[in-house]
Parts: sequence; structure tokens; C-alpha cells
Amino acid sequence: MSATTYAVSDSLTMLRRNLKRAQRYPAMTFSVVVMPVMMLMLFNYAFGGALGAGIGGGSYIDYVTPGIVLMTATAGSVATAVGVCVDMTEGIVNRFRTMAISRSAFLTGHVVGSVIQTLVALVLVIGAAFAMGFRSSAGPVEWLAAAGLLLFVTLTLTWISAGIGLVSKTPESASNTPLPLTFLPFIGSAIVPPDSMPTVLRWFAEYQPFTPIIETLRGLLMGTGIGNSGWIALAWCTGLTLLGYVWSRSVFYRR
Amino acid sequence: MAAISAVGLTKSYGDKAVLRGIDLSIPAGTVFALLGPNGAGKTTTVEILSTLIPADAGSVQVAGHDLVREADGVRRAIGVTGQFSAVDNLLTAEENLMLMADLNHLRRREGRRRAEELLRRFDLTDAARKPVVTFSGGMRRKLDLAMTLVGDPKVIFLDEPTTGLDPRSRRTMWEIIRGLVADHGVTIFLTTQYLEEADQLADRIAVLDGGRIVAEGTAEELKRIVPGGRIRLQFTDAGQLDTAAALFDYATADAEALRLDIPGDNSVITVKAVLDTLDNASVRAESLVVETADLDDVFLQLTGEGAR
Repeated sequence: MSATTYAVSDSLTMLRRNLKRAQRYPAMTFSVVVMPVMMLMLFNYAFGGALGAGIGGGSYIDYVTPGIVLMTATAGSVATAVGVCVDMTEGIVNRFRTMAISRSAFLTGHVVGSVIQTLVALVLVIGAAFAMGFRSSAGPVEWLAAAGLLLFVTLTLTWISAGIGLVSKTPESASNTPLPLTFLPFIGSAIVPPDSMPTVLRWFAEYQPFTPIIETLRGLLMGTGIGNSGWIALAWCTGLTLLGYVWSRSVFYRR
Repeated sequence: MAAISAVGLTKSYGDKAVLRGIDLSIPAGTVFALLGPNGAGKTTTVEILSTLIPADAGSVQVAGHDLVREADGVRRAIGVTGQFSAVDNLLTAEENLMLMADLNHLRRREGRRRAEELLRRFDLTDAARKPVVTFSGGMRRKLDLAMTLVGDPKVIFLDEPTTGLDPRSRRTMWEIIRGLVADHGVTIFLTTQYLEEADQLADRIAVLDGGRIVAEGTAEELKRIVPGGRIRLQFTDAGQLDTAAALFDYATADAEALRLDIPGDNSVITVKAVLDTLDNASVRAESLVVETADLDDVFLQLTGEGAR
């Protein structure tokens, strides 16, 4: 077998290992689903009435769902960081390093495994949103585009959190460091339109990466205007994925 | 042919020199023990030889491959069982072994056969389907070594393989290690802080202290470094001990244990001389033991405070 075949087969071995681990320790996947579902319930049933009136008509769950769906992807990134960090702090990574296996397999296995885990969580959260009354205007093409966007965003967040997991000394800090990421959608257009925020916050909300992503997702699912948000979202995702990838790789090879 | 040879190995972290020029030549099919106190640089040496970290200087060949230029060749030939268990806690013992089989690119059937054989050899068959989380320290260490063996390594590094194990598990581990050399002809590079372990297992022992090898040889050769032994007298009261201590120039008294150690060997003349001296001073000792030098003496003489 050639080096490339080994790289693929080693990555698949690592992926199988990570999926098996996720299966054995479902609490982590579970937490990725529970947090966004609780948010959905909180914002739909508890705050929905008031917030819905504030955004000027329309069903509030339709407004908030795209934002919460994105939060699911950020919750997944916490799980990635913890997973990578746990592996790095246990002895097994040193075993892998002393074996003649493809150098990239360890990270690839983690990232692909986490992406799959997060996608499962995304499907469950979207299902929960439907159960709470969310209705989408999207056709098959829009759904496909939304799925593609979510996949890309998840990949972006996963590479960044893989890097966070690698530099974190303990699993606790690995789970805390991505928390700001989880809250970033709040200071965007996830819950309320940024127009209603004070100037500084509004400026931040408009230019941070989550806002164009949420706007694109909302546009695809609800038929609101996307404008140039789609391109900005893709640019952010491409840039941040590359950054996360290069950063993670360099940290992993350095240690 | 040497399975491991190293010349002028050095490593520093910042301005702290961990290894200050290590030379090694370990013949294939032998057990080599690197003996030293905590912080002597044992783990660092293993980490360098097993391709985990680069050395600052020096050249190393492992199993005929250059450590830097042919790292993957080295990795194909070695197996490493480190100080901290390198097993996947969420997988079962069998899954851990199959993971190793896959990463060694064995065919499915060959991998399964190898896993079963290793489980049997290490007495883990009954626990094969249980998650490793539930394993005792001894079982975990055995699985760890079994995982190392899946790839059929020619050179095995064992970094403190019995640290933290109870005496029974330690003996089991020793048996396994002896079996590896006898049945499979592998070369073993072992680090330990237990003299008994080095004495029991190793063909050759090197004593590492402060990043330098301060002595090297067989257990017998090392024991010869420390001249003579001691005559140990046991007393029943402190007064007698003090009187006796004053009679011998180089004696060391242990007031707590009421013991007096006098340098000397087991020749009749020496023992008689000691007894006569006691007799003339009318000192009553309870009992007498003659101890010849053991590795502990070598270790204490060569390492730490005593050596500087």
C-alpha cells in the first residue's frame, strides 16, 4: 500500500475509534443536544411572547430557530475540544506517536468524528424545533444549501476547537475555553435583530462571523433576504477553517 | 549487532540540562536496564530513543535505522510501554488490541488471531469484552504491554513497567518480560528505579544520575564497585550502643533501631576482631549479621548526595 492509502486507512481507523468512544460515552453527545433544546424551549415558551412582539410580527420560533441551530454547532465544538484534550492528556497519544502511522490520522479522525457527532445533534435539534412549531419555507434546494452551510460551519468550529483541545492543559479548561464561542451568536442576530442593540454592540454584532452565517441560514430556511451575507459567511468559514487547520496541525506536530 | 546504539546524546529544556552526553550500545536479544533515581533523565532517554522527542545532539541507531532520517523505520521496529498507561479506557481489551492491529495494517483475520493469542498469553481472555475502565492496575499494565506486542516489535522500550504495581503483579510482569526475551528474542530497554528489578531482569545495567551514565556493567560487576560489606550489630539498649559506637572508627550508629554498622567483610578474622573489641570493652551486643554489598549500596554510592 502507498503512503496515501495508509493515510486514508489510518484516518478511518481513528474515526472508527472516535465514533465508538462517542457511543460508549453518550453523555457528551447528549449535552450537545440538550443545551440547544433547552434554549429553544426557554426562548420559545418563556421569552417568545415578549421577544416575538419586539421583532415585529411573525412567529418567534421561526426567527430564533436558525440561531439556536447554529448554537448546536458551537456546543459541538466544546465536545471536540474536550475530546481532543482528554486524548492528549492520556498516554495513548504517545503510543500513536511511536507507531508508524500517518501523522495526520489522529487529528483527521477526531475532526471527522466530531463533525458527524455534531451533525447528528443538528438533526435532533431541528427535529425538536419542528415539534415546537417551527415551520420552514425552504424547498429541497434550500434545505440542501442549508445542510451544506451547516456542514461547513461545523467543520470550521471543529478545527478551531481541535486546536483549543490541543493547547489546553486539562479537560476542564478545554471545556471552558470555547464557551465564548457558544455565546457569540447571542451578540449577533440569533435572538434579536442587532438594530435594537446599543451602538458598540450593534457594530460588533454586524461584523462578527456568526451574524452573516445566521442571516444566510435564516434566509435559506425562512425565505428572508440573504443579500451578500452568503458570500461573507463562506469567506469567514473558509478563512477560519484554514486558520484552525493550520494552527491545530502545527500545535500537534510541535508537541 | 547492536539493537540500539547511541553516541553523545544530549537534551536540555531551557537552561536545564537533562541529558549530558549518553553513550549506549545494546546487543540484540538482551535486556538492558537504565537505573536511576527520579529526575535522572530515564524517561527523557526513552522518549528520545522511541522518536517521541528530538535530541539536541548525538546520533542514534535503533534496529539498524537512523533515528532522525528513518524515524518511520524505527517506529516499525519498536514497541513502547510508557510509564502512564497508553490504553483507550472507553474501549474493551479486545477493541484496544484490534485498534493496534488496524494501525499496524494487519489483515482482519490476522489481527483477530493475534489479539486472541495475546489475550490468552496475558491471561485476559475472561476480561476481553469488558471496558478497560474496570481493569485493575496490573491488568491495565498487561494490556498495555499486549498492545505493544501486536506489531511484533524487535525492540521494546519499557519505561518503569512495574511502578505502582503490587508485588504479585510485579512478579507476573517480570515473568512476562523474561518470556519475551526467551521465546521471541526481542531486545528490551527497561528503565526502573528498583534495583531488584534491574538485578532480576537485566543482562546489563547502566546507572543514570544527573543526566550522565555513572556506571555500567552486569549486576555482579556493579556490586564489585563498592568494596566490602558491613557487619551489623543489634543492641537492646542505647547505652551499650553508644559505648560500642565509640570503639569503631568508621561505624555508623542508628539510635532509633539500636543498630551499629561497621564496614567489613565476612572473613572470620574480621568478625573475630569485632567480637574481641566488644568483649574487651565488656559491651553486650544482642545479635550480629554480616551483609555483603548489594545493588542498593552501589546505587546509593553512585547517585544523589553521596556521589557529589
